[in-house]
Amino acid sequence: MNSTKTTGAQAVMKSLVAEGVDTIFGYPGGAIMPIYDALYDYVSTVNHVLVRHEQGAIHAAQGYARTSKKTGVVFATSGPGATNLITGMADALIDSTPLVCITGQVASHLLGTDAFQETDVVGISMPITKWNCQVTKAEDIPAAIAKAFYIAQSGRPGPVLIDITKDAQFEEMEFQYEKCTHIRSYRGRPRINKSDLEEAASLINNAQKPFLLIGQGIMLSNAEKQLVEFVEKSGIPVASTLLGLGAFPNDHPQYVGFLGMHGDYAPNIKTNECDVLIAIGMRFDDRVTGDVSRYATQAKVVHVDIDAAELNKIIPADVGVHADAMEALTLLLDLVQEKQHTAWLQEFKDAKKVEVETLAENAKELHSEELKMDEVIRMLSEITNGEAVVVTDVGQHQMMAARYYQYNKTKSNVTSGGLGTMGFALPAAIGAKFGAPDKPVVAIIGDGGFQMTLQELGTILQSEVDIKIIILNNRFLGMVRQWQQMFFEKRYSFTNMVSPDFVALAKSYSIEASKVEARADLKEILLEMLDHKGAYLLEVMVAKEENVFPMIPTGASVSEVRLN
Amino acid sequence: MEKTYTVSVFTENSIGMMNRVTIIFTRRHLNIDSITASESEVKGVFRYTIVLRTTRDQVDKVVKQLEKVIDVLKAFVHEESEIVHQEIAMYKMRTESLTNGDVEKVIRKHHARILTVDPTFMVIEKTGHVEETQLLLENLQPYGVLEFVRSGRVAITKPMKELRSYIEEL
Repeated sequence: MNSTKTTGAQAVMKSLVAEGVDTIFGYPGGAIMPIYDALYDYVSTVNHVLVRHEQGAIHAAQGYARTSKKTGVVFATSGPGATNLITGMADALIDSTPLVCITGQVASHLLGTDAFQETDVVGISMPITKWNCQVTKAEDIPAAIAKAFYIAQSGRPGPVLIDITKDAQFEEMEFQYEKCTHIRSYRGRPRINKSDLEEAASLINNAQKPFLLIGQGIMLSNAEKQLVEFVEKSGIPVASTLLGLGAFPNDHPQYVGFLGMHGDYAPNIKTNECDVLIAIGMRFDDRVTGDVSRYATQAKVVHVDIDAAELNKIIPADVGVHADAMEALTLLLDLVQEKQHTAWLQEFKDAKKVEVETLAENAKELHSEELKMDEVIRMLSEITNGEAVVVTDVGQHQMMAARYYQYNKTKSNVTSGGLGTMGFALPAAIGAKFGAPDKPVVAIIGDGGFQMTLQELGTILQSEVDIKIIILNNRFLGMVRQWQQMFFEKRYSFTNMVSPDFVALAKSYSIEASKVEARADLKEILLEMLDHKGAYLLEVMVAKEENVFPMIPTGASVSEVRLN
Repeated sequence: MEKTYTVSVFTENSIGMMNRVTIIFTRRHLNIDSITASESEVKGVFRYTIVLRTTRDQVDKVVKQLEKVIDVLKAFVHEESEIVHQEIAMYKMRTESLTNGDVEKVIRKHHARILTVDPTFMVIEKTGHVEETQLLLENLQPYGVLEFVRSGRVAITKPMKELRSYIEEL
């Protein structure tokens, strides 16, 4: 590339453009002003979304990354601007979301002096970023940004932070940009060991009751197509983790459900009945495994992951395959024999029937006139044909959405899985819409979580973001209340929620809104919401004390999953 | 079962590297017994030697997490039998304590050496395993030790594979 004299701040913008960035979520402030000044020259080509709080910016960038397959980019100033990104970075790290966060920092001569809005963000964010660095010289900016994108996107993706001192933003330099393609201490793509795959294939080919667990790694490696081919050829039943939902069409006959604490009955109990357990692009989170000492001990385990540290971390693998999911599936496809496991698949279907019948019995115990969370989700799923992007917050509504929305499209499920960040959904939905502008985006949020980041209604107003927001209002912090009911003798310690008039609140932001309480009105109002041009907030009053079942209580085994 | 392990970490020379290495241990509530860092035989590549007591399973996981750190080239774990290790200790005493012939005997017995002698104080040096430098400390203490300092462990591995060949592999 030709070199030209630019300021460090302009170099930031030029570098981002060179990386193909066209969307940035951010909030200006003193130490990042030169970069915002440089950004002003790019308003026609780069869409900067002004949020209302930096946490909103980073969650929006996460939502954007999850639906667009691109890296989310965040701008924030030093001090409080930077510390407000912390939750989002931790969330993105545990959920493998590629982000590049750029923070302004006080001038380099002020570092360590407790200058105004100075904070050691590099120190603070070290354990919650895949990589971070501080830049104090303009000439180092392009290489740092190139390295940041390479690290964020490759291997197991994650958040990266670059802290740029204000003097480096003002300083002039010769701009030259070279993409980063190699770091000697880091290998994004593992060298696949073919004999591991041969061993895995031999286990699979000899299995009577093989069972496949998939995670987000399928989507991160773009292996959706290879997965379907592999599943159809091998005849293996497939279950998904929370973040894996959408990687495999939920309406596929070999799809047997959602795993874990509030997952489906069949895949949980069958985990302890299968003879070969194949896990691809997932990390055996404790919410998936329950008691690890009683998890799939009867099965041979094949674990495929791009992160070597995940192999044997929780569940010992008989065959650990350190590989990108797509590469592994492509090779496995040739090695596995064509099979059908009809009887085994039927066992899942029989177990499913038990679940459906028991849950229907449970529902009868609740006041029948009150709307239930699951019926709202089911209806939404039906009328959107399982093709909307569904963004959820954390809690009961999240588990209900995971359970009852039929995710038929990849990259259609955006939720905070590993970190369980309440307040994630509203800003993440904003970002998800920018990442997938042609798809309907529906945020499903509890009354508690909504109030953690509701200031982002201002972002929706200013940037005219067409998202639909469903608040499932049970007037409780429902998941905690459920645990208090089950494990703390119904001592509802600080879980009741008094909320504002959400409809009036939305309308004060010029967002169309309505409230529904009656079952008879639900379908019509959901259709009205989806047809509405522009943002819409729908408050749904649901039963106060509905519980999410099935449930694997903490410390129990997957085979002890409770239906009531 | 807990045992003493020596972890060798090879890293790039970047700011904050020590922090990046140690937080891996902190997060897992592992206490580091000693840590030393210096440039290795390959220019620009730093070598950390970390000693800790933990289980084999835990230390294996720590090594994998260390290797996830972007600027870490390679990390290894060794049991006591797989390494040759050494520590250095220095002892500051009043010079007049030498007039008592016993101190000389102690120094001779431990094969320690006197680094410097000032009119008022002297510095004794001893390299060895921690038990050895500790024993010398205990033997000198009756005569008055003004200051004592001991380094962390440095360790060379017995297997023959050279660091350079690992770096070439990368």
